[in-house]
Amino acid sequence: MRELFPMKQVNGFIFSLLLTVVALSVYFLEMSFQAGLTILTVTAFVQAGVQLIIFMHAGEGEDKKTIYASLYYGIFLALVTVFGSLLAMVWGYL
Amino acid sequence: MEFFERFAIPHPSPMIYASMVAIGLVTIAIIVGISYFKKWGYLWNEWLTTTDHKRIGIMYIISALLMLFRGGADAVMMRLQTAVPENTFLDAQHYNEVFTTHGVVMIFFMAMAFIIGLMNYIIPLQIGARDVAFPRLNALSFWLYFAGAMLFNISFVIGGSPDAGWTNYYPLASTDFSTSVGVNYYNWALQISGIGTLMSGINFITTIIKMRAPGMTLMKMPMFVWSALITNIIIVFAFPVLTIALLMGTFDRQFGTFFFASENGGMDMMWANLFWIWGHPEVYILILPAFGIYSQIIATFSERNLYGYTSMVVSMVAISLLSFLVWVHHFFTMGHDAMTNSIFSITTMAIAVPTGIKIFNWLLTMWKGKIRFTTPMLYSIAFIPLFTIGGVTGVMLAIASADYQYHNTMFLVAHFHNVIIPGVVFAMIAGLIYWWPKMFGFMLNEKIGKWAFWFIVVGFCFSFFPMYITGLDGQARRMYTYSEATGFGPLSMLSFFGASLLAAGFAIIVYNIYYSFRNAPRNIGDDPWNARSLEWATHNPVPEYNFAVTPEVVSSEALWDAKKRGHNLFKDKIEKIHMPNNTGWPIIMAGLFFVFGFSFVFFIWAGVILSGLAILGCMAYRSFEKDDGRYISVEEIKETEDKFGGANE
Repeated sequence: MRELFPMKQVNGFIFSLLLTVVALSVYFLEMSFQAGLTILTVTAFVQAGVQLIIFMHAGEGEDKKTIYASLYYGIFLALVTVFGSLLAMVWGYL
Repeated sequence: MEFFERFAIPHPSPMIYASMVAIGLVTIAIIVGISYFKKWGYLWNEWLTTTDHKRIGIMYIISALLMLFRGGADAVMMRLQTAVPENTFLDAQHYNEVFTTHGVVMIFFMAMAFIIGLMNYIIPLQIGARDVAFPRLNALSFWLYFAGAMLFNISFVIGGSPDAGWTNYYPLASTDFSTSVGVNYYNWALQISGIGTLMSGINFITTIIKMRAPGMTLMKMPMFVWSALITNIIIVFAFPVLTIALLMGTFDRQFGTFFFASENGGMDMMWANLFWIWGHPEVYILILPAFGIYSQIIATFSERNLYGYTSMVVSMVAISLLSFLVWVHHFFTMGHDAMTNSIFSITTMAIAVPTGIKIFNWLLTMWKGKIRFTTPMLYSIAFIPLFTIGGVTGVMLAIASADYQYHNTMFLVAHFHNVIIPGVVFAMIAGLIYWWPKMFGFMLNEKIGKWAFWFIVVGFCFSFFPMYITGLDGQARRMYTYSEATGFGPLSMLSFFGASLLAAGFAIIVYNIYYSFRNAPRNIGDDPWNARSLEWATHNPVPEYNFAVTPEVVSSEALWDAKKRGHNLFKDKIEKIHMPNNTGWPIIMAGLFFVFGFSFVFFIWAGVILSGLAILGCMAYRSFEKDDGRYISVEEIKETEDKFGGANE
């Protein structure tokens, strides 16, 4: 029975529900803008990770290496785009 | 009548009315011609509904050539207008529309279509596959591109062309300053064809990763396949940024948001920022496949293995990464501090290193080679010095402090044409001539081809080198006229002369196609260039199933080593082959997208909703459709192979 029961997926499901509740708390609880945005950012990225690894089986196929490589490349470019834009549009003015 | 007033041209001129008549007449002529020769069935069954990567590739290339002549006509008009001071051939508004259209058509609908067309035709052949990974998606990609291109091309006769430059900077492109529907056309035409491009990117990555012939490890792929793989990775990572930027622009113009507005918390230069986050990688999307084509051609006609295979691959990977780190160099003059500009200045100059490595690799491939000066080789040889000049002026532009002098002058225009024409356009022509026998089973005439080559190379030099000088003297780009006192007259006239030579060169290419179609011999064999990669191991023109037997590969120069060392590429017996069915859904869906885009441009909400629902309906239908493809029987394959003079077993 233990082999058949998808423990990992059920735990992942509960965990992702938990993340949603935490994210929702930003709306229902009083907190500063910065704190709220920090919570949203962190929960969003963890949520994306949970979905990719547990429910989209990113690490299970023979393509594991390709999938993770493109994932890292995507994360790198997203960070470059966001922080590069901040540098170009907001920070880069003395 | 009020409904139809929105379709009127805001700035009509006799030339536009003449174009309307011409478009009408050509459309009627095409319809009458096809009906007269009873070709509708042939056209629909063999071409419009095809999922064959080779036919889709050819359709891409035909569209790209049409767009080349559309954009080329714009270019000649611009050069004619600026040939003499105070010219009145075009007025300011019309000139704005012409340079905008020229840029958009040449980049999105000519160059992109040309490279995707060549990739479509060649990639599956070079990796020994029978089609791309998702043949039906491939057809949809093409038809979405085509719908976008047509939507863009009707803008100048219905409602008015976009006129804010191909970069479409806000706030100029906002409804405050661009009041016609032109920029809506820009947004929707690029959005629709962009979806097609993104799907192509996913399709080719999957094809190259998953469908290579047995034995072809990543480091044994022909260089064009490598360049295509990296290009498509850049496509997949860069195009979403354009999609979102276009969507934000659409919201600004059509729903009154303030993303790129100058007031209410908007940030007008954010468009420029997002546009170039996509736009600079786009430059490498165009140039990397060109590098791949040159690598194939130079190795073939030097009769040597490509020098420095590994360094070629590493430098392309480096370029793909660096291409995402340089975009701010397009707006150094926006007012950043020295630190920000220095960062992007250095990343920009760093790109010169991997590019330089590639240049030396090509030179060393030719070193001590048995060089054959065929037409494709001539383009490749001309590319090396001309592209290097463009690269060196690029490094000049990369110096942020000096860029304050060059920014938005003709020097910049000269620079990017200097890299794009010898880089991309020469490669496309060279690739087309090189693979022409593969596609059509006869060769283009070499003598006429060389005439065209000299016209194009000399014409290119005369067109663009004068602009370096006038640009340094302060001639701004996108100015429709200038006074005689500026002294730009003689050099601009020289530039017009060069543009005429270029136009003549392209006309000669068209004549060459006609001449060779009439006169060229058809018995050229499978390998007329004595080439090195796998696409030449099958017949000319290629049968539907590409290879009767899946080839087995042992080296990166698969066919060459098979010829010289006697490897047997085709070891297995002929078996029945699984092929995709034709389908009419892609063209229907793209037609619906066209209606969707057109309605959106003109705020016709009923059309938007109906076509939107129909598009979703097509997708839903597709989800439940069962289509397992079909099999080509062994007898049928043997029959086809015999026609080509014996199965290659």
